Amino acid sequence: MGTAVFDLHALAPELILTGVAILILVYDLFIGDERKWTLPIVAAGGILAAGIPLVTLGLSDTTRSLFGGAYVVDGFALVLKGIFLGASFVVLLMSAQYVEEGDYHRGEFYFLLLSAVLGMLVISSARDMISLFVAIELVSSPTYLLAGWRKRDLKSNEAALKYFLLGVVSIAISLYGMSILFGVTGGALKFTEIASWMSAVPSGSAMGVAAMSIVLILVGFAFKIAAVPFHLWAPDTYEGAPLPVTAFLSVASKTAGFVGLFTLVYLAFPAQSQVWRPVIFGLAIATMTVGNLIAIKQTNLVRMLAYSSIAQAGYVLVPFAATTREGSLTAETFASSVTYLLIYTVMNLGAFAVIIAVARRTRSVEITSWSGLSKYAPGLAVLMTFFLLSLAGIPPTAGMWAKIFVFRSVISAGGLANGALAAVMGINSVIAAFYYLAVVKKMFFDPAPEEDLEAIPVPASLAGAIGIMAGITFVLFVIPDVAVRLGYGASLV
Amino acid sequence: MRLMSILMLSAALFSIGIYGVLVRRNAVLVLMSIELMLNAVNINLIGFGTWLRDTAFVNAQAFVLFVIAIAAAEVGIGIAIVLAIYRNKASIAVDEVDSMKW
Repeated sequence: MGTAVFDLHALAPELILTGVAILILVYDLFIGDERKWTLPIVAAGGILAAGIPLVTLGLSDTTRSLFGGAYVVDGFALVLKGIFLGASFVVLLMSAQYVEEGDYHRGEFYFLLLSAVLGMLVISSARDMISLFVAIELVSSPTYLLAGWRKRDLKSNEAALKYFLLGVVSIAISLYGMSILFGVTGGALKFTEIASWMSAVPSGSAMGVAAMSIVLILVGFAFKIAAVPFHLWAPDTYEGAPLPVTAFLSVASKTAGFVGLFTLVYLAFPAQSQVWRPVIFGLAIATMTVGNLIAIKQTNLVRMLAYSSIAQAGYVLVPFAATTREGSLTAETFASSVTYLLIYTVMNLGAFAVIIAVARRTRSVEITSWSGLSKYAPGLAVLMTFFLLSLAGIPPTAGMWAKIFVFRSVISAGGLANGALAAVMGINSVIAAFYYLAVVKKMFFDPAPEEDLEAIPVPASLAGAIGIMAGITFVLFVIPDVAVRLGYGASLV
Repeated sequence: MRLMSILMLSAALFSIGIYGVLVRRNAVLVLMSIELMLNAVNINLIGFGTWLRDTAFVNAQAFVLFVIAIAAAEVGIGIAIVLAIYRNKASIAVDEVDSMKW
C-alpha cells in the first residue's frame, strides 16, 4: 500500500482539480454571458471536492510514496495542501464579484487560478528536482498571466512584465544550480539521494561545487518568496495586479515558494546546514528590516501591505536560520515556520478582502482615501483594524501566537546568533506596529470626506470571505493548539 | 576533458544570457537571453548525463525534455505580455515600463 506505483487515492486531489480546471475551460465556451455567474460556483465546487480525498488521506494516516519516491503524500504534504485549498477557496470568494464587474474573460480567470492551485498541490508532494521544477513553474506561469489580467491597463501590464521577467530569470538561475548539483552528485535527482550523497562527502572540491549550486538554487527560491534583496518585483506587481490576484500572490504563491524551500533545506540539504544557514540568516535579517523600513513611507495601502508581506516572509525565515548548538534541525523550529505561514495566510487574506470591499466604493487604495472610514463603514473599519492588529502581532488575534511561537523556537535553540536574530525580530515587530496602527488611526480619528457617506454595500461572497478569515483569526487566538498541532503534524524533521 | 569543454560552453552561454537580461532594452531580446540561460542548463544536463552514463543518462534526458517544454510555454506567456504592452504603449523597451517605483 505504502509503495504503490500509481496510487489513485493519493493523487485524487490533483486529478479532481485537473478535471475541474479543464471542465471550466470547456463549459465557458458553451454558455452565454448571462450564465457566466455559474463559473465561480463550479470552481469553488472543484476546490471543495479536491478537499474530500485530502480528508480521507489524512484519516488513513499512512505515508504514501509514488513514482519511486519522487512524489510523496505525507503529513507535510497534506497540511500544506489543506492550507492551499482553503486559501484558494477564499480567493475565489473574493474574486467572484470583482471578476464579474470587470470586462474580463471570466472562464480563463478561473481556469488559470485552478491551474496555479494545482501547481501548489503538486509542489507540496514534490520530492525530486524535476517535479519541484515542474510544480514551481505550474504555480508561476498562470500567475504571470493573472497579474496582467486587466490587459488594457498599463499598470497591470507592467506588473505582469516585472513578475514574469524576474520569475523566469530566477528559475533559470535555480535550474543552473540544479544541473550542476545533478552532475556533482553523480546523477542524483531525488532529495533522499542528494541528502545521502551530502552526508557521505563532507569535504573536498566536489563539496565546494555543491555548495555553490546550493546557493544558486536558494537564490531562485528567494525570488519566489520575495526575500530582500530579491524583492524588487513584489511591490510593483502587487500594486499593478487586480486586487484578488494580489491577495492570491501574497499568500498562496509565496507559501508555494516556502514549501520548495522547506523540502529543499530539510530533505535535500540537511547535512550541509553550514552552507545555507548563513545565507538564510542574512536573508531573514535583511528581509525583516528592509521590508518594514520601506513600508513606513508608503502612501498606497496595497504597496504598504506588499512591503509588510515581504517583512512577514522574513519572520517565517527566522526559524530556518536558528541553529541549535549541535547544528541539528529541530521539529520545533520547523513547526513554528509552518504555524506562522498558516496564520499569516489567514490574516493577510482577511486584510485584502476588506481592501477589496472598501475599494469598490473609494476606487482608490491610497491610505488618505480611507480617512474616517469608521464614520460610514464601522463594520469594515473594525474588521480591518482586527486584521492589522493580527499582522502586527497584537492580541486578541492569532498573529500574536504566530510571533510568540517563532520567538520561542528561536530562543530555545540557544546561542548568541539566535539571540541576535530574536532581538532583530523584536525591534522589527515594533516598527511594523507603527505603520499598521497609522492606518487604524486614519480610519478612526481622521475626518471623513464631505460627500458620499452612505454605508458601503458588501456582496455576499466577499462578506463570507471576510467573515471566515476573521473567524479563523479569532478562533486560532483562543485555541492556538490547532495551529500548533498542524505545524507539528507537518514536520519533516 | 570533453566534459570540461561542455561545462565551459554552458557557463559561457549562461553568462551571456545573464548579461543580455541585464543590459538589453528590447523585451524580445531579453526573452531570447532567458532562452540562452535555459539552454545552458540543458547543455549542462546532457553533458553530465553522457559523462555519467546509466540511469543518470536517462534522468538527464527526462529533465531536459521538461525544461524544453516549459521554456516554450514560458516564452509563449512572455510574448503575450510583451504584446499587451505594445498595444497600450507602442513600445517594447523594458526600461520605459516604469510607472511604479519604490
